[in-house]
Amino acid sequence: MSDEANEGADGAPDLPSGVERRTFDGSDRLATRGEPVYGEPTDGEWRAWNPNRSKLGAMLELGMETGLAGGETVLYLGAAAGTTVSHVADFAGPTYAVEFAARPMRELLDAVETRPRLFPLLKDARKPETYAHVVEPVDVVVQDVATRGQAAVAVANAQFLGEDGRLLLAVKARSEDVTAEPETVFDDALERLAEAYEIVETERLDPYHDDHLGVVARPKGDS
Amino acid sequence: MTDETAEGWFAGLDPADADAAAARIRDGEAPEPADWPSAAVERGFAADAEEYYDRLHEATVAAARAGVRERELADDQQLIHAVRAMDDCDRTANELAERVAEWAGSRRDDAGTGVEYARELADEGEEATDPAEVRLRSLAGRVAGLSTEADDLREFVTETAPTVAPNLAAMAGPVLAARLIALAGGLDSLAKMPSGTVQVLGAEDALFAHLRGSAPSPKHGVIYTHEYVRGTHPDERGSAARALAGKLTLAARVDHYGGERKPQLDTELDERIAVIRARTDDGSGGEADAGGGDGS
Repeated sequence: MSDEANEGADGAPDLPSGVERRTFDGSDRLATRGEPVYGEPTDGEWRAWNPNRSKLGAMLELGMETGLAGGETVLYLGAAAGTTVSHVADFAGPTYAVEFAARPMRELLDAVETRPRLFPLLKDARKPETYAHVVEPVDVVVQDVATRGQAAVAVANAQFLGEDGRLLLAVKARSEDVTAEPETVFDDALERLAEAYEIVETERLDPYHDDHLGVVARPKGDS
Repeated sequence: MTDETAEGWFAGLDPADADAAAARIRDGEAPEPADWPSAAVERGFAADAEEYYDRLHEATVAAARAGVRERELADDQQLIHAVRAMDDCDRTANELAERVAEWAGSRRDDAGTGVEYARELADEGEEATDPAEVRLRSLAGRVAGLSTEADDLREFVTETAPTVAPNLAAMAGPVLAARLIALAGGLDSLAKMPSGTVQVLGAEDALFAHLRGSAPSPKHGVIYTHEYVRGTHPDERGSAARALAGKLTLAARVDHYGGERKPQLDTELDERIAVIRARTDDGSGGEADAGGGDGS
């Protein structure tokens, strides 16, 4: 789990195994290996991972300490139509994808078809007891839910993480309060997160996503 | 970490019973997670973790599919309310617009008619002082508001219909798709109708007159608004309506039972209508088409 072991020559963390930088149409982009899902450019079995459409993609692009090495078990909250979670399933181990809305879930099911270790769950991320009978303890929780109370969702789902686990969270300021200053929203969210997590790193996801804060956190030991 | 009282989704399940597994994924609960793969192997639900994950994949996909379908069927009721409200707003706006036109005609020579005129009147610049003029403009404002509401409802229907019934909405257009679902009482009922019934949905008065023996059988109901019926030569409209109703029925069934978009349905209909229209274009006509088109 040492961060040094996970660091490249230039000081930025290495990409997880299964994620590479490859050239698409002359530009250098993140990519994973799998069936295309949302019309992204492909190169052989590699497909480009667009950080403008993926908060986790942006976190990797910005060199945040995600701690991802590849092969982890993942609980993904707010999977939507599967844009990001399909990339995650390409490089991770068993991946549980929670999404509450029916329409995006229908599209997510297409991505799931070619990924036998991606498990779709039509569930409300605010109610972890409704999927705890399916989801095992995981190495990583990725969260990208666009509802109020994003920090509360992360706290409620801390039970899925072991002590070496990581939370990779994108907080969307406008989902909490469209009128408030993003900084205020982020401070409130981080304070709430501290109930169950120790914050490792935060970074604004600009220019890929306006008014989003990327957060890497570790569960507090005693929970 | 392990809680002996917590049960995984697979507890007591026959591994071969896919329906029960999906139901358990959907309805089950546990107070906290546990190492379910190991527990399942220990209990003999799966030989090893790989087999466990294969079964989990199958069960979660089936559960999500069933959940999505159920949720979207509930959405069809929202669509029905919206399209009925849209028609109510349109009808009421037109009715009140007539009243506005009549009233305005008594007060000025240049009075127009219809919802558009009511809008103009409501937007008229100078402040009215005459008490009757104040009331007239206020009423015109209500007409404009109702008409705007109808437009907003139409937009909502246009957005919602493709999520409820993607194939039906693509073939019929979203508003006609919503009307058909409303007339049937739901996508579920529409999918179970024979296409002959779909063909005359909305023409119930004419149909009952026919059944009483006092009228010919209606050739089409609300599907008359579709270009493929209205735009076809009157001699062939019955055939066109039959072909269209047949494909709309298939589309509704695909939407209800599967939900996948099948563009080939549209292509088949396009080809069928082209054949029907060619009969009047080249003057050959005739009754060669008996029984074609509908798939009931």
